[in-house]
Amino acid sequence: MKYLMLVCTDTAPDTDPEAAPDIEAWVAERDGSGQRVLGSRLADVSAATTVRVRNGELLLTDGPFAETREVIVGFDLLECTDLDEAVEVARRHPMAYEGRLELRPLVDL
Amino acid sequence: MAGAEAYPRIVAALIRVTGDWTLAEDCAQEALVAAVQRWPRDGVPGNPGGWLMTVARNRATDVLRRATVERRKLRELAVLTDQHPTPDDPEDVVDDRLRLVFTCCHPALTLEARVALTLRTVAGVPTADIARAFLVGESTMTRRITRAKARIAAAGVPYRVPTGSALAERLPGVLAVLYLLFTRGYDADGEPAFADEAVRLARLLDELMPAEPEVAALCALLLFQHSRRAARRDAAGDLLTLAEQDRSRWDHAAIAEALTALARAERRSAPPPADSPSTTVPADSPSASARTDSPSASARADSPSGAARTDRPGPYLLQARIAACHATAPDAGRTDWPAIAHWYDELSRLRPTPVIGLNRAVAHGYAYGPAAGLALLAEARADGALDGHPPALAVEAELTARSGDPVRAALLFRAAADLVGSAAERRALLRRADGLTPPR
Repeated sequence: MKYLMLVCTDTAPDTDPEAAPDIEAWVAERDGSGQRVLGSRLADVSAATTVRVRNGELLLTDGPFAETREVIVGFDLLECTDLDEAVEVARRHPMAYEGRLELRPLVDL
Repeated sequence: MAGAEAYPRIVAALIRVTGDWTLAEDCAQEALVAAVQRWPRDGVPGNPGGWLMTVARNRATDVLRRATVERRKLRELAVLTDQHPTPDDPEDVVDDRLRLVFTCCHPALTLEARVALTLRTVAGVPTADIARAFLVGESTMTRRITRAKARIAAAGVPYRVPTGSALAERLPGVLAVLYLLFTRGYDADGEPAFADEAVRLARLLDELMPAEPEVAALCALLLFQHSRRAARRDAAGDLLTLAEQDRSRWDHAAIAEALTALARAERRSAPPPADSPSTTVPADSPSASARTDSPSASARADSPSGAARTDRPGPYLLQARIAACHATAPDAGRTDWPAIAHWYDELSRLRPTPVIGLNRAVAHGYAYGPAAGLALLAEARADGALDGHPPALAVEAELTARSGDPVRAALLFRAAADLVGSAAERRALLRRADGLTPPR
């Protein structure tokens, strides 16, 4: 299964700042195992543009579609056999400690 | 009837092959209905489990054929024909039921969904009965179960028993679901609705995971509690304390089974024989466990307590030991309170919750006098979590009465009675108050 892993900030990170693993090692390891198909950090939300078409008119909005205190700062596309494997990959990501990760399965068509 | 034992086996096997939870349940259910209709007429077949599996499998084949599903599933279903579950069946079938339990209890599902799904799919309890126990309508419960099954498929929850460290991490969650299922297994009137199913599931898990001390301990704990089901209430339906219960009405066969399960848990929990000559701690010996105060033992306090072969007893083993002390006492006056107090000391180190602190105070009160109990009660109340908690007031009242202050004790019993929800508990508390001082 493919999972889109949304990397988000969180207002209540882990209390131990030393606990989070290293991101470079995570990327190298997951690329090596084939579990990470692609992924990237995202530019600051101030660079986001929201696009809608209503009644034939193009509407552009400055900023993300929802104003929240937790924002998406990156993503990874994972290829895993099931949720347990995806959770094992996610729990080793530093942002599981410093923020939060959301696993969204892709619909298999 | 044989069908009840065969049900989880059939559902689990059909889910493995078809991946369709609803189809698996429907077909297993239809096989049971067919048995109820035909067995009285034609006689019970020689291999009832195999007969049921064949009927369910044929039904699933029909449905899938009509739905023109992939050939692979149909081929695998055909193989099921030749795998009648017999006592010496390959581990395959056993694993199926365990897989089902672990999938139903997956932490990616809400706790409510886990309990409902386990009852429905593993134990085969009708949705209407589950709905009643959770005080919701049947359609709400149906939706909840359907949503949980859809989530399993969509989120990619695996149909597998975890191994190694993942098993140690997941097992306590599975045991918590079974324990919750047992405590919720009594309906609003306190009648056991599916507590029997919880006990059966605990036995099944114990049989399927023969190396896990906490599984045997949970089985023992549920059996000890279940053994008192006929003695829990008086003729008016009021709850009775352990001291008030007629012990001849306890289910002594269940107690014997529980003691056997507890002995099994102790054996599994004991570290391999090392330098010390006494590695097994007898259930009734509080003195034998000074070793758990060693620095290495307390440093492990945060490790998953359900893990097998640790050098300290897990929470279910401690609770089962306490339950055994009660179950084997000839009468309330001859209960081994020092042993119970000791197991509560350990339990509160492992799970420092206010309610365990309260029970610990009760045990110390009986073992070492009311002053000791009151001191620990003050400790349990320190963080305010027991404020306005009627059982805490009742315990304070009981200890105060025994320390020779009946007037204050009666006031406390009446204060507790004002706070309790059920009329039966209220009557019991007022009875105690009236026994100490005449009613106002």
